[in-house]
Amino acid sequence: MGGGRWRLFVFRLIPVWALCVALGLGAAFISLAGGNPWTAYWAVAHGAFGDVFGFGATLTRMAPILLAGLGVALAARVGLFNIGAEGQIYLGGLGAAWVGLYVPGLPAALHIPLALAASGVAGGLWALLPAYLRVTRGVNEVITTLLMNYIAIQGVGYVVNGPMMEPGAPYPFSPVLLDSAHLPLILPEADAHAGILLGLAAAVGLHLLLHRAALGYRIRAVGFSPPAAAYGGISVRRTMLGAMFVSGALAGLAGAGEVMGLKYRLFDRFSPGYGFDAIAAAFLAGNEPLLVIATSLFFGALRSGGSLMQRAVGTPVAIVIVIQGLSILLLTLGLVLHHWEPARRFLRGGGPRPAPAPAVERTNVELS
Amino acid sequence: MSSFLSLQVLVDFLAATIRMATPLGFAAVGGVFSERSGVFNIALEGMMLGGAFGAVMGSHLTGNLWVAVLVAGLAGGALALVHAVACVSFGANQVVTGVALNLLALGGTTYLSRVILRGANVERVRAFEILPIPVLGDLPVLGPVLFRQTALVYLLALLLPIATVVLLKTPWGLAVRAVGEYPRAADTAGIGVTGIRYTCVIVSGIMAGIGGAFLSISHVNMFTENMSAGRGFIALAAIIFGKWHPVGAFGACLIFGAADALQLRIQTYDLGIPYQVPVMLPYVLALLAMCGLVGRSPAPAAAGIPYRKEES
Repeated sequence: MGGGRWRLFVFRLIPVWALCVALGLGAAFISLAGGNPWTAYWAVAHGAFGDVFGFGATLTRMAPILLAGLGVALAARVGLFNIGAEGQIYLGGLGAAWVGLYVPGLPAALHIPLALAASGVAGGLWALLPAYLRVTRGVNEVITTLLMNYIAIQGVGYVVNGPMMEPGAPYPFSPVLLDSAHLPLILPEADAHAGILLGLAAAVGLHLLLHRAALGYRIRAVGFSPPAAAYGGISVRRTMLGAMFVSGALAGLAGAGEVMGLKYRLFDRFSPGYGFDAIAAAFLAGNEPLLVIATSLFFGALRSGGSLMQRAVGTPVAIVIVIQGLSILLLTLGLVLHHWEPARRFLRGGGPRPAPAPAVERTNVELS
Repeated sequence: MSSFLSLQVLVDFLAATIRMATPLGFAAVGGVFSERSGVFNIALEGMMLGGAFGAVMGSHLTGNLWVAVLVAGLAGGALALVHAVACVSFGANQVVTGVALNLLALGGTTYLSRVILRGANVERVRAFEILPIPVLGDLPVLGPVLFRQTALVYLLALLLPIATVVLLKTPWGLAVRAVGEYPRAADTAGIGVTGIRYTCVIVSGIMAGIGGAFLSISHVNMFTENMSAGRGFIALAAIIFGKWHPVGAFGACLIFGAADALQLRIQTYDLGIPYQVPVMLPYVLALLAMCGLVGRSPAPAAAGIPYRKEES
C-alpha cells in the first residue's frame, strides 16, 4: 500500500476512528463508575442482535433515527442546520394520530398513505417556518429549530392531556388509532413495523435524488455556495425552503412510525430523543443517505441494547448519549484534522486531499 | 384589601421575574462575550446543565455553597475549554461542536447522577437562602423584588456592569469586538485572536455554569435530569434580542424571565388552562422575539467562522 493510499485510508475512515475512540472513552467512563465495560458492551450487542426480539427492537428504534437522520442530512446538504428534528417528529406523530383517529371508513390502503402524508405535511410545515425566517429575515435557524422542539413537545403534551386524551386514561395518551391506520408488522413476533422499510426506501430515494437528479445537483450547489448557485441561476430561497420542508417531512414520518406502527396511540413524550440521535447519525454518515442506514442501525442498536445493559449490568443507559456526544465531537475534530500542523506534515507530499467536511461551512453571506 | 392583595401579587410576580431571569442572565451575559469574539456557543445549554450538576456535587461533598458555585463554574468552564479547543484551535464547526457538547453534558450528568446519587434524584443538599440586604430590603415593593433575593442574584447584579464596562470601555473589550468583527485585521494589529477567543469562550462557560448553579442550589436544592430544559437556548435568543450588548441581553432575559414567572402563576392559580400551554410561553416569546423584532440583526461579522492564520 503506497503512502498516498495509506493517507486516504486514514482520512476516509475518520468516522470509524471517531466511533472507536468514543466507545473506548465510554468504556473508561463505565469502569470509572465501577462497571465492567466488556460485560456492558456485550450486553448491548446481545440485547441488540442476540435474538429475534432484540433485533426487532433494534429495527423499531432504527426506523425513526433513519427517517429523521435522512431529513437532517438533506437540510445539511442545502446548507441548513435542522436541529429541530425532535419537534418535527412530534408534529408528525400528531398529524398521523389525527388522521388515524378521526378519518373513519377508509380501507387501509388509503388510510395509511393519508395518515403518512398528514405526518409529512405537519413535520414539513414545522420545519418550513424556521427556513422561511432564515431566507427572508436572516434569523439563525439553529436557535429557532431548537426553541421549536420545546414548543412541539409541550404542544403534543397539551393535545394528549386535552382534546385528544383517551377518556379515563391513567396516563396521558390518545385513544387507539383505527385499525385501518395501523402500519403492518414485518417481524410480528418482535413488533418490528414497516416504518423501517419506509426508511430504507427513503434512503435510496434520497441518494438517487442527490446524486442522479438535476434537483439534487441544485440542492448540493446551494449547500456549497449560495452566491455561486444564485449566479448559476438557481433560486437559493426556493431550494432551501423545499429541502427544509422535505427534511421536516422525513422527520415527521419518523413520528408517524412511532404512532402508527408501535403504540397505535399518541403518547405524551413519545420520542426519547430520536431527533438528536438523527443528528448524530446524519453527521457521522457525512450526510450521505446510504451511509445513514449504517449509522442509524448503530444508534438504534445502542438504544435497544442499552436497555438490556441497564437491566443486566446496571450501567445507566445514559451512557449511550455520552457515546453519541463523544463520537460527534471526535468526528468534527477529525474532519478538520488536516488543518492541524502534525496532520499537515503527515499529509504533505502530494497525497490526495481528504474529503472536505460535508457539513455546512457557515459563511455569513446575506441571502437575497 | 383587594388593592393590597393585587400589590402583593405584583410584588411576588416581579420578584419571581428576577429569580427566573438570573440563570438566563448569567448564561446570556457570558454568551455575549463568546459571540462578540466570534464563537457561537450553542453549548450554553450543556454548560448550564453541567454547572447545575457540579453545584449539587460541590454542595454535597463540601457543604460550602461558594465552593459549589466554584465547582459549577469549573464544570461549565471545562466544557467551554473543549469548545474552544475544537472551534478555535482546530477550526471545527461551531454548531456541530455545540450539539456534541450538549449531548455530552446531558448524557454525562444523567449518567453520573444515576451512579453517584443512586438514581434517587432527590438527595437534598445545602442551598442558598434569601439574603435580605439591610435597610434596602425593608423598602416597600423594591425591597422584596430587588433586595430580598439569594446571593447569586446580587453576584449577577455586580457582574453585569463589570461585563458591560470591560466589553465596551476597555482596550481588551475593543480587542474582543475587533476579533469578532474582523479577525484578520485584529491579527495584523498584533491582537492575539486565539487567546482572546479562548478567554471569551471560557468566560462564557464559567458564567453559564454559575447560571446552572442557580438552577440547582438557589431556591431548590437538588439536581434533576435535564433540569436546564432549554434555558441555554432561550439565553441565546436573549443575546440576539439584546443585540449582543450585555445590558440588552440581560433586559431580554428579564422579559423571558417574566414569561416564566407568569407561566408558573398560571399553573398555580389553576385557571383551567392545561399546564403545557403556559409552559410553552417563554419558548414562544423567545421565538417571536427572534423573528418579529430582530429583523436584520447585526451579528458579529466573524461569528461562526473559524480563523486560520496561515490561509489567506
